[in-house]
Amino acid sequence: MTAALSAKEIVSQLSARFPGAIEEAGLDSALVKSESLPAAAEYLKTAEGLKYEYLNYITAVDYYDYFEVVYMLTSLEYNRSVTFKVRCYSRDNPSVPSLTGLYQGADWQEREVYDLMGITFEGHPNLKRIFLWEGYNGYPLRKDWNR
Amino acid sequence: MTTTQELTLKTEPFVLNMGPLHPSTHGVYRMRVTLDGEVVLDIEPIFGYLHRGIEKLMEERTYTGCIPLTDRLDYASAMSNNFSYCLAVEKLGGIKVPERAEYIRVITAELQRIANHCLAIGAMLNDAGALGTPFFYLWRQREKIYDLFEMLCGQRVLYNYMRIGGVSQDLPDEFLPAVKKFIPQLRHFIDEYEFFLKQNEILIARAKGVGILSKELATNYGISGPVARASGIRWDLRKNDPYSVYDRFEFDIPTRENGDCYDRYRVRMEEMKQSLRIVEQSVKQVPGGPFRTEVNQVIRPPAGEAYAHIEGPKGELGYYIVSDNSIAPYRSHIRSTSLINLGALRQMVKGWKVADLILIFGSIDITMGEVDR
Amino acid sequence: MEISSDREYIYDAAELDRHEGQVIEKLKASSRKSIPDPDAWLDEDIKRNIVLTSLDWVLNWARRSSLWTAVCYPACCGMEWMATLAPRFDASRFGMEIMRASPRQADLLITAGTLTWKMAPNVKRIYDQMPEPKWVIAMGACGISGGIFRSGYNVVPGYNKIIPVDVYVPGCPPRPEALIYGIQQLQKKIAKIKAVPDLPKLPNPLKKGKK
Repeated sequence: MTAALSAKEIVSQLSARFPGAIEEAGLDSALVKSESLPAAAEYLKTAEGLKYEYLNYITAVDYYDYFEVVYMLTSLEYNRSVTFKVRCYSRDNPSVPSLTGLYQGADWQEREVYDLMGITFEGHPNLKRIFLWEGYNGYPLRKDWNR
Repeated sequence: MTTTQELTLKTEPFVLNMGPLHPSTHGVYRMRVTLDGEVVLDIEPIFGYLHRGIEKLMEERTYTGCIPLTDRLDYASAMSNNFSYCLAVEKLGGIKVPERAEYIRVITAELQRIANHCLAIGAMLNDAGALGTPFFYLWRQREKIYDLFEMLCGQRVLYNYMRIGGVSQDLPDEFLPAVKKFIPQLRHFIDEYEFFLKQNEILIARAKGVGILSKELATNYGISGPVARASGIRWDLRKNDPYSVYDRFEFDIPTRENGDCYDRYRVRMEEMKQSLRIVEQSVKQVPGGPFRTEVNQVIRPPAGEAYAHIEGPKGELGYYIVSDNSIAPYRSHIRSTSLINLGALRQMVKGWKVADLILIFGSIDITMGEVDR
Repeated sequence: MEISSDREYIYDAAELDRHEGQVIEKLKASSRKSIPDPDAWLDEDIKRNIVLTSLDWVLNWARRSSLWTAVCYPACCGMEWMATLAPRFDASRFGMEIMRASPRQADLLITAGTLTWKMAPNVKRIYDQMPEPKWVIAMGACGISGGIFRSGYNVVPGYNKIIPVDVYVPGCPPRPEALIYGIQQLQKKIAKIKAVPDLPKLPNPLKKGKK
């Protein structure tokens, strides 16, 4: 059974290494500050006993005050999964560091989030629209988008 | 003494556009292929030609009203989309599903897996050059499965059969005897089919060693399903993260080592046999009882979020649903198998020729409805 | 459709994408109203009292008994289109077994799937490349009016915004029997067309006198 780590376990395992950057958000996911995202993801991927090498998905949700980018990783060896989120509070130019260096599967999923929500990923090699065409006006999946 | 100079042709790579509508691209998929002669150097996939905005449309419909929309994502295997969505909403709302409904869901999901692999193997052999013969042989079996599903819910291709809390209608009396009659027929057919293709020299020459995907690359890209199992990753959600009643059945997970097109073909053939085993066991164990929990037509799950995934025929298919206690989902994201599996295509085709590119693309088994959503 | 002499050639990938975007926006702005269904055949029907010459009859028979379809199966209706070609509901008994990859050799376009604005210029290009006489069958609810996805931001509400449609086959997806019924209706329509064109009134070169 893939044991999904609860928020308390994630926080207890990571907060020693990244003080102040991880906090709980709900029952099964942790909130990570966007500056420490690449370092935390690398630690989760390579550390002994953690080895979260498989990226399930990256998606984003628009709560009117902030955007929340959700990541889920799975460890195939130890059969565990972890979910964590990053928030960006700016509406005009939200941006989050990219994980393409660690997981190549993040490439297209981050482009999709950029295309439909407008969140830029710093460090992405090829950030352009993937489903809609160049020159499309607006980001359709935002809550305040009207056609 | 004359010195011989090697005469080399001065070549430069050129870009070829394999346009959105192409007989072998399994839907509207476009690639810009950089070629050096006939050898592929790089590809740039472009899609979005079937982007219907399903994630946005789901925010405007009730939870039950979203079920027909989910059918149309992976239209080659519609039951598994329904299954995954219903699991996610039931997890969100804490709704329990009766036993009979669980067994019915498992039977339909496994029959759907067999039907999908019939299409996948047939299409891959079509791309390899066997124009039509294996494809229509397998399509005959797929039509028989269509008949079974038509008995259940009246539709051949896009079923809208599962509901939140169970299934929409009970099994008619003639369904289980028909399934019992179908299983030995299909077993015999798969043996006959394998006899033609397992040691076929043309298939082996074209598919063995072609388009190798290594285990590390597959993990890094997040590949799942038969493609990952052919590369050596022993990961199947029915065994590693069991959902519904899959932990009550005995079946194996076929895995192979090399990760080439031939291995993907073999994994799919073996999976069809294992699915038949599951159908056989579940048909014997179907209990009586209600086929759906009584929930409202318009349900309001409590505020929160949930992610549920199943092992669909193509890989891990998941739904991430956020609810704010209203009648429609606040946000629903579809973790689509085909989009993520397609990410690895670029690494798999470098150095192969154009004809191999088509075969490798066919062996991943993509449905554009799922890629573009 | 010839290549115009002042065509500009673009080589850079980003430029190509931008050019594609401009083409799509232009098409979207100009396709707000439906193209009316071609019903010129009705007119001729009434004028000529359904009396066809035998040459008309032979040409119409040849055309309707060997319709070759162009490749166009974007979405789920493609599954039922493939089922129509499969041995159970055989489309080859109507002469339609060939799916021509090149639109220059086809005369029927069966639109089996949802049309999106991003795809629309390509379908229009395929339709333009088909030589006359050509017909279009709009298959499925998405082909008729956008179907279940009509309120989507990228979906064209029906193929008749882009190309003229002859026969509409409802269903989601339509059963192969329904599609075959639609093809038979199209064949009945083709049977009534005046196939031999009127020769223009030329001066008779054998007549003596003023020219």
